[in-house]
Amino acid sequence: MTTIVSCKGISKTYQQGKVTVNALTNVDLSVETGGFMALAGPSGSGKTTLLNLIGGLDNPDSGTIQVDGQTYTHLNGSQMADLRLHRIGFIFQAYNLIPVLSAVENVEYVMLLQGVAADERRERAREVLDTVGLSGKYDRRPAELSGGQQQRVAVARAIVAHPSIVLADEPTANLDSKTGESLLALMLQMNRERSVTFIFSTHDNMVMDFARRIVMIRDGRIDSDQNKTDR
Amino acid sequence: MDLQIAWRNIWRNPRRTTVILIAVVIGVWSMIFLGALMRGIIRGMIHNGITTLTGHVQIHQQQYPDDPSIDNSIDDPAAITQVLEQQLSDGSHWATRVRVNAIASNARHNASVTLVGIDPPKEKALSFIGSAVTQGRYLEADDTNAILVGRALAKRFETKPGRKLILMTQDNTGQIASKAFRIAGIFQAEMESTEKSYLFITRKAAQNMLKMGPAVSEISILLPSPDQASQTAQRLDTQLAGQQLAVRSWQEALPLLQSYLELYDSFILIWFVVVFVAMGFGILNTTLMAVFERMREFGLLKALGMRPIRIVKGILTEALIILFVGILIGNGLGLFSCYALSFHGINLSALAQGVEYAGMSRVIIPQVIAKDLLGANLVVLLLGLLVCLYPAVKAARFTPVEAMVHN
Repeated sequence: MTTIVSCKGISKTYQQGKVTVNALTNVDLSVETGGFMALAGPSGSGKTTLLNLIGGLDNPDSGTIQVDGQTYTHLNGSQMADLRLHRIGFIFQAYNLIPVLSAVENVEYVMLLQGVAADERRERAREVLDTVGLSGKYDRRPAELSGGQQQRVAVARAIVAHPSIVLADEPTANLDSKTGESLLALMLQMNRERSVTFIFSTHDNMVMDFARRIVMIRDGRIDSDQNKTDR
Repeated sequence: MDLQIAWRNIWRNPRRTTVILIAVVIGVWSMIFLGALMRGIIRGMIHNGITTLTGHVQIHQQQYPDDPSIDNSIDDPAAITQVLEQQLSDGSHWATRVRVNAIASNARHNASVTLVGIDPPKEKALSFIGSAVTQGRYLEADDTNAILVGRALAKRFETKPGRKLILMTQDNTGQIASKAFRIAGIFQAEMESTEKSYLFITRKAAQNMLKMGPAVSEISILLPSPDQASQTAQRLDTQLAGQQLAVRSWQEALPLLQSYLELYDSFILIWFVVVFVAMGFGILNTTLMAVFERMREFGLLKALGMRPIRIVKGILTEALIILFVGILIGNGLGLFSCYALSFHGINLSALAQGVEYAGMSRVIIPQVIAKDLLGANLVVLLLGLLVCLYPAVKAARFTPVEAMVHN
């Protein structure tokens, strides 16, 4: 098994008014390819911060991060954007989709940024929407979809460009348990069939049940790191 | 698809977009319309200046511009007119004149005037007087004591065609010359001051009265286009070198008018910028609001892998579409307004004295020129994009995390 994510000595602080918050302190983490892992912990523990740093959405104060063979140090904004575009998929808790685009256009958008031809974009987007169970809803705008359906579109968009890794920040937070469970099952299926690595930031027990590895984070440090039996 | 996305983003908030559009439309409309009015004023001023006896090119004896007296007359105009016959292009007109200061009087009134002796047939094609007579008749070439009087002066003198008018001036020998004329016609000019200042008799009658012989005060030339004036004046100056003449274009003869024209060009540009500044604050404010409302979306786009420059391009594309539509409508309204007023113009008679002081016509007809149209559109387009650059760059500079937590 190869290592797809390697974090060494990661520290990050934020300013909240006049107060300096130590979000992460000297965190080391490695993730194997094909992993289905949860970063768990209470609110404010630093799990979302760590996820954002892995995704290149923010920069650590110290330490190094390597994702899919690419070290983040010294990459500028455009280079980081290119890295995210080609290697990383994102699913957020809320506000995942572009409101003026339909479901299929939202999924196409990543491929548009990559420069994929229009016909190919459309065909692949529809295929992936079919895979996530949204056949026939291609032209619906986000406002015309339920929360679960919107998250499915987000999953479709996250995987359509064949990323190496998908980062999901509280993906089930705004969903009922049944919808959340079916979404997790879908992502697990993607993980098994396509060997896409999934890392979740969550405090949802259901997500932790699905995960094969749970890293507990508390007060900006890794508290525990458990592998579970395969699902 | 980028254009499609930009178009949809524009109409997310139709009210806000409509407000910006209206601001752009009104701005462009006012730039074009008021710019055209100013051009109309300028055109009127040039027209008045040229047709009120100046012409496009004037030839005088060398000292005449500094001392416009009978002593500084052109003694041998025939030599000059021969050159003019050869040198002037088709469509040009010229005529000789006598011009002296005089006192006009009748039984009840008197006034200081400028007496102008003209060649009636030639003068018709040259200046306003040929088509200005509204009562009585125009002069004929063999008239010896007929005189044309301005409407305003006739009113002041309480006189009319057929009545007598006495003219008194200094002749070529330095003696007082005095003669009675009979009013043949009343003329109406663009400016009341012209009607009060000028009296017209035939050139021969003037030369006889002033004992000038064949001498004249000036030769006035009208060219097919005022743009030819400077070049023609230079050419004639060369051709007539050695004859102690002053050959001047209308720009040199009317330096105040020339200064006005140069000032107006700058003034129109300043007007464009002022209108834009007023409009620009509205555009900037609204664009900033629109951008900051979408900061989380920009964070999402960056997370998906959109480069910062593309975010800038996206926002500027939206701005460009709004500006373009606004410019199109503003141009349409501006051009239509000018077209609608091109038939009757705007009548400023109520302000007659004020406009006359500035040399303006009483009726202003807007004139749209390509330079002003292009200038107005470019100012709005380029400065519009420039003001939108600030919010665009601001949006692009946030990190994805900062953008996504932005309230």
